[in-house]
Amino acid sequence: MSRRLLALLAVLASAPAFAAGLDVTVEIPRIDASEYHRPYVAIWIEKPDQSVAANLSVWYMQKDTSEGKGTKWLADLRQWWRRSGRDQTFPIDGVTGATRPVGQHQLSFDAAKAPLSTLPPGKYGLVVEAAREVGGRELIRIPFDWPAAQKQNLQAKGEHELGVVKLDLNP
Amino acid sequence: MKITMKWSALALALVLPMSAHAHKAWLLPSETVLSAKDPWITVDAAVSNDIFYFNHVPLRLDSLVITAPDGTPATPENSATGKYRSTFDLHLTQQGTYRIATVNAGLFANWEEDGKPKRWRGNAETFAKEVPKGAKDLKVTQSNGRIETFVTAGKPSDGALKPTGQGIELVPVTHPNDLFAGEAATFKLVLDGKPAAGLEIEIVPDGIRYRDRQNEIKATTGADGSFSVTWPNAGRYWLETSFQDDKATTPPATQRRASYVVTLEVLPQ
Repeated sequence: MSRRLLALLAVLASAPAFAAGLDVTVEIPRIDASEYHRPYVAIWIEKPDQSVAANLSVWYMQKDTSEGKGTKWLADLRQWWRRSGRDQTFPIDGVTGATRPVGQHQLSFDAAKAPLSTLPPGKYGLVVEAAREVGGRELIRIPFDWPAAQKQNLQAKGEHELGVVKLDLNP
Repeated sequence: MKITMKWSALALALVLPMSAHAHKAWLLPSETVLSAKDPWITVDAAVSNDIFYFNHVPLRLDSLVITAPDGTPATPENSATGKYRSTFDLHLTQQGTYRIATVNAGLFANWEEDGKPKRWRGNAETFAKEVPKGAKDLKVTQSNGRIETFVTAGKPSDGALKPTGQGIELVPVTHPNDLFAGEAATFKLVLDGKPAAGLEIEIVPDGIRYRDRQNEIKATTGADGSFSVTWPNAGRYWLETSFQDDKATTPPATQRRASYVVTLEVLPQ
């Protein structure tokens, strides 16, 4: 009985590590600014021609202010706006959400579910673009092959608007 | 006042195509790529020596033509003309691309009367009434000048960009609100709706006050009227071309002249 339980626990414990898919970790760095606003962030998968294969997540201000609707600044995510944003209506179900605070934010995507389930094998890039009101803009690309032949831990580091961006591929 | 304005417009129209290097006319929108639901923009309109500084005269808004994405005319708001610039706001109530232009078309005549040079501006109807028959050394020119810019809310569209068939116009191959640093853009120029081959184009980047050279980019249209430019940097660019020949299409004009200016914004990668 106890051996069975242990075995079950082992399976449960290891389940997340073996679930095929990819994990993205985006670090919003602490920035010493007299006027700080949480950045708008777009996270997507691009094809070699830079067209968008899948939108993973987009964070923008959800409420309206005296300065306008939150969508007013989505065009500041210039590459994402060009590649995908301008073709969308907002909010995008399962993609858009509120802006996030300083810290690391992990997102997990299951290979068996959308959008990865429909992603044809090939070369891709994970793109993370951040734009901050009265701040700067930064874009990070991490190239990868899908599906991953083996477990891979890729990462890149931003210089001002983004901290470390990690891409963990689980075959 | 009316007469003064008329004459200043005439002087401008006469001067612009002939010596584009002296004065540059332009419309400068506050933004060209917008993501809000029903955004506003504001536009400055001026004639200046330097791109894009207000230092000569305002561009008059009498002949402003704004075309909404669905092809219908749109109305500017809060229009005003000051010492150095005109300005107006535009509410982008539709999604897509707006074409904002000032279009000056008409006839010009020069002749000699009692030993003095006379000048006249009007159209084919007023010509018969106002220009004396048998005027000495009469020269009549048809003129079409377009100064424009493009602004897009949401997804770029082509509805407002259909050529009117009058004067020089830009037909997009690359959309004018989809321009990025380091990338090539291709446009086609048409004259009265037909491909305009051999037009010489000058493109000047913004910010001349902070550099020592114009840094102009030159291009010439091919047989199909098309030309390409690779944007060296992000920023706003002023593009100008003009044309003249003796193949007038509006009698009694014998000469024809056309000029085209567009302000384009190139975004960073």
